[in-house]
Amino acid sequence: MLNYTIRRLLFAIPTLLVISFIIFVILDLAPNDPTGSLPLTIPAEVRAQIREALGLGQPFHIRYVKWLEQFFINEPLNIMEHWWGAPIGDSDSRLRVTSWMSRSPVVDLIVERMPQTLWVVGLSYLVGILIALPIGVISAYKQYSWFDQIGTFVSMVGFSVPTFFTGLLLIVVFSVNLGWLPSIYDTTLKVTDFSSFMAQLRQLAMPVMVLALFNAAQLSRFMRASMLDNLNQDYVRTARAKGMSEKVVLLVHVLRNSLIPVVTVIALGVPQIFGGAIITEQIFKVNGLGQLLILGIENADIPLVQTLTFIFAILIVFFNLIADVVYGMLDPRIRYD
Amino acid sequence: MTDTNMNIVSEPLHEHRSLWGDVWRQFRTHKGAVVGVAVFTFIVLVVVLGPFIHTIDPTFLDIRNKNLAPTLAHPMGTDNLGRDMLAQVMAGGQVSMLVGVTAMLLSLVLGAFIGVIAGYFKILDGVLMRLTDLFLALPILPLLLVIIMLFRDSLRSVFGPETGIFILIVFVIGITSWMQTARIVRGEVLALKEQEFIIAARSIGTRRHRIISRHILPNVLSPILVSATLGIANAIITESALSFLGLGFPSDFPTWGRLLFDGKDFMQLTPARVIWPGLAISLTVLSVNYIGDGLRDALDPRIRGR
Amino acid sequence: MKKLTTLMMAGVAASLMVSAANAGSHSKRGADGQLNIIYWQAASILNPYLSGGTKDTHASSMILEPLAKYDEKGGMVASLAEEIPTPENGGVSADLTSITWKLKKGVTWSDGSPFTAADVVFSAEYCMDPTGGCNSISNFNDVKSVEAVDDHTVKITFKVAKPFPYGPFVGATVPIIQKAQFKDCMGAKAPTCTTQNFGPIGTGPFVVTEFKSNDVVVYAANDKYREADKPAFATAIIKGGGEAAAAARSVLETGEFDYAWNLQVEPEILAQMAAKGKGTIVTSFGTSVERLMVQSTNVDPALGDKRGTVEGGPHPFLTDPAVREALSFAIDRQILVDAGYGKAGQVTCNVLPAPAVYASTANDDCKKQDVARANKVLDDAGWAKGSDGIRAKDGVRLSILFQTSTNGVRQGTQALIKQMWKAIGVETELRNISASVFFGGDQSSPDTFQKFFADIEMYTNNFDGTDPEKYMGSWTCNNIPAPSNQWIGNNMPRYCNPEYDALVAEMGKTASIEKRAALAKKMNDMLMQARAMIPLIHRGDVSAHANTIKGVRMNSWDSQLWNVADWTRAK
Repeated sequence: MLNYTIRRLLFAIPTLLVISFIIFVILDLAPNDPTGSLPLTIPAEVRAQIREALGLGQPFHIRYVKWLEQFFINEPLNIMEHWWGAPIGDSDSRLRVTSWMSRSPVVDLIVERMPQTLWVVGLSYLVGILIALPIGVISAYKQYSWFDQIGTFVSMVGFSVPTFFTGLLLIVVFSVNLGWLPSIYDTTLKVTDFSSFMAQLRQLAMPVMVLALFNAAQLSRFMRASMLDNLNQDYVRTARAKGMSEKVVLLVHVLRNSLIPVVTVIALGVPQIFGGAIITEQIFKVNGLGQLLILGIENADIPLVQTLTFIFAILIVFFNLIADVVYGMLDPRIRYD
Repeated sequence: MTDTNMNIVSEPLHEHRSLWGDVWRQFRTHKGAVVGVAVFTFIVLVVVLGPFIHTIDPTFLDIRNKNLAPTLAHPMGTDNLGRDMLAQVMAGGQVSMLVGVTAMLLSLVLGAFIGVIAGYFKILDGVLMRLTDLFLALPILPLLLVIIMLFRDSLRSVFGPETGIFILIVFVIGITSWMQTARIVRGEVLALKEQEFIIAARSIGTRRHRIISRHILPNVLSPILVSATLGIANAIITESALSFLGLGFPSDFPTWGRLLFDGKDFMQLTPARVIWPGLAISLTVLSVNYIGDGLRDALDPRIRGR
Repeated sequence: MKKLTTLMMAGVAASLMVSAANAGSHSKRGADGQLNIIYWQAASILNPYLSGGTKDTHASSMILEPLAKYDEKGGMVASLAEEIPTPENGGVSADLTSITWKLKKGVTWSDGSPFTAADVVFSAEYCMDPTGGCNSISNFNDVKSVEAVDDHTVKITFKVAKPFPYGPFVGATVPIIQKAQFKDCMGAKAPTCTTQNFGPIGTGPFVVTEFKSNDVVVYAANDKYREADKPAFATAIIKGGGEAAAAARSVLETGEFDYAWNLQVEPEILAQMAAKGKGTIVTSFGTSVERLMVQSTNVDPALGDKRGTVEGGPHPFLTDPAVREALSFAIDRQILVDAGYGKAGQVTCNVLPAPAVYASTANDDCKKQDVARANKVLDDAGWAKGSDGIRAKDGVRLSILFQTSTNGVRQGTQALIKQMWKAIGVETELRNISASVFFGGDQSSPDTFQKFFADIEMYTNNFDGTDPEKYMGSWTCNNIPAPSNQWIGNNMPRYCNPEYDALVAEMGKTASIEKRAALAKKMNDMLMQARAMIPLIHRGDVSAHANTIKGVRMNSWDSQLWNVADWTRAK
């Protein structure tokens, strides 16, 4: 297992390089333009100058190599400087990956947005998992009971109705009509005491609800299907025949085996937490990483989008690795070597 | 344990017809599945035949009758440009269901294929899974902009504006949503291929493609079916997100997702605008889900045997 | 050029009517608590020279000030200057080649240091550095030098006679930045100065206390602001994100915010929200016109490189004046206004609808839909309806590809126009393109508005300030986008008429306001009669403010927050 993990980690480096290159090619080919969102009163010659100032005039490979250097050498050095508190080398002239939209270092923007995204998307993922697993287990164990039917119905509706609709519905009900919850997320709120903590909870309530419903819907379906598969296996019959209590059979034998595919789904979903939730963030004005990404794309902010998607890629590769390792641990039948 | 395995292994010896007969018999006993088929058929019929009965042109703008509540002439009311909602929901349904089903099938076939191959053939596993990582990491919107820029005009000249965009959208949704299925299927296959019945099958000299089609595929069916149900909803919603971003069908071409999106701000003014398309999407997804449930039960020899 | 001494600009004329802008309630600085503003497009940077985005300009206009602002009528109001220089008061030289600004005395930056002419000179140098990528550089066109005569006098000299010398330092896009803060940020270093760009030191009523790019700006009252009792608010925030309908809801329905910008929402939704009685919708009109550009060159893909260029030949049917006329008369503009714009739109038949002195009335017959006339014109020109109801002549069908940017209201307008044209036997295929692609200038994309590989395209254009000279110069022959000029040029319809070009040249030499107005009208009418463009709607800006906020003077000529110092909250 350790060998396998190390091999995979080593293999991840060329993989990520290839991914970063392909992303760069796509972004470069994409027809949108950083000056596209400027007012039309700014003449075309000025736009050309702006593009030039952004470095768009340089050839493709130079821009790519520059980005590589900034991302893999300069940014880590900056982070280390930050930790040690002492400058390493010539830190002032070191070029950082700079967003075209806001002309500030991309990494700073990402760090600034991390808290709200983790709060909203991370929490909703956690809540989603906590709801989905029991529902999936019970639904499968009592297949076609009323609990199962309602669970299926709710989760399917939760999945099939887009978040732009559920989010707005919640706002109309809870913000406009009842006036209980704020419709706009305040990113400047700092939790210092009980009342600000409550304020934080109130502004989290709706976005987390919307996203958790969506996540839970999906996960509970996989959980239920996987449980059903295992409940019909021979080993369950054997376990029952041996006289094990139903609880042990269900929670030790079946659950453990059923979790295997679900763990994949959960692990694969984790990077998406960092990817943010574009639509939900937009609806509640959370302004997290998802909103940053979509803004970057709309404004053709290549350094920003490249960096964000690449960090995203690192997370995906990493969590896929974790999924595989966990897999091997949960299922002794799987052999990687 | 050996009993069941023997059964599966000896399945091909049975007559083909009786197998599907069994499946059908089992499927019929699944109430949810039967209702699912009924609802699904109903939606398809309404969407396909409805426009012949309710003959208002879905793109016709009757600006003097805008924002109507449901009336006899307009059973679902009209939108803010005076278009009849029922006609739009039916026309939109044709597109959405077609997009949903085709894109889902494409992503399913792709995902299952890659998942099985990666899980079964060790040499290909690394490469295919890194490919999966790549697709998971790709920024979809810029990718779409590129694809549309490169292929829209040639597709438009070959197939016309609507079919051209349809092919493009189905293709894009398909190739950007197969990864999860592939990962899950691969995981299942990895576990399956060490099981006794596969080893047994291999030991008696069964060819690899037969092992895959006879023994592996039926056993990974349930995650595939779950992906399929989720895939339809996903495709319908992705399509709406695409039209929102200006990358989908022409704007006067209704689809359920677009109707829901356009109607959302009118939620308080004319609620019918969001209720019907939303209901249509949910019902379609629900019925497909139940059909999937029934199919899984019917195809599972252990349940069928009971 | 003779009567130079009598010349007078439209804007100056208006500006001399000193704005009696006091909102009435004399509150103390900071007495009214917090002001909550929502911009659904968030500010990404607070240095307007590095981002010309409207949202950024507005957000920074609470901190940075120009020498003069435009008020809500389009007149100029001195802000950091003592007065508006004119030829009458000697501020503008008789030969129109220089303008001398007298600065207010005793103004300090928010860090306490004095504001002097050196800062003005520096601001010009900062923007005019070609490697800096300054967005407002065209405001400095033909500027020869900017020099400090003394600490409170700045003289700007132009290379040519400038009938309208108010490009530099008038309006929120060209404010004065502090030399001490930005002196190390010249040219190529400009984008690297994040601290400065995110927290400029200004002379305005507010200072930045916290800025999260593309999210939120937090301000506090500037305690060094020159008017002792202003601003009334102790703190302010501009929150960004979401979409227009959500912003409107937060002011009009939930009351969470006090002011919401740019509410391009279907009128009935806005009306329904406003019915709650929590806020007021305000509109104002600048020079924006939503118009159809009519392609006059051939856009057949088979032409390859010549597609959409003059060399590619004329358009198969849109060069027929009858077709253009019919297309215009088939449109019921009032319906378009009612469906998509409401109070924020007015029917117009001109591409130059404002200021009032420039607005022509010669083309107003298009204000009323006339299907009969449209049909007759087409019949007379020999375009006969085929079996499918679509008109054709000599094998050419009237089938139009109609493109615009992606935007709910625009797609609604497209659908309405499609139906109106269908009624006269013209077939339309609609296409919408992501705004970042459509308005972006990417050479490799076929979907930009400059390439215009379609028969009709729709968008809004306007001009900054009140002087239309540059704007009217858009439609000269040498402004046609083509591969030879990297598709740069504003003459999307590829209109080319030597007479028009002569008028443009004449306007550049004419100083008298009446004559300039007459020329502008003549150019407008020439374009309208050739139907190079089919104007649809004179678009206004729509915003909303809470009923408790007093002093909002909605402005389309400058930042909407131009007089935020005067805003107060009613108790």
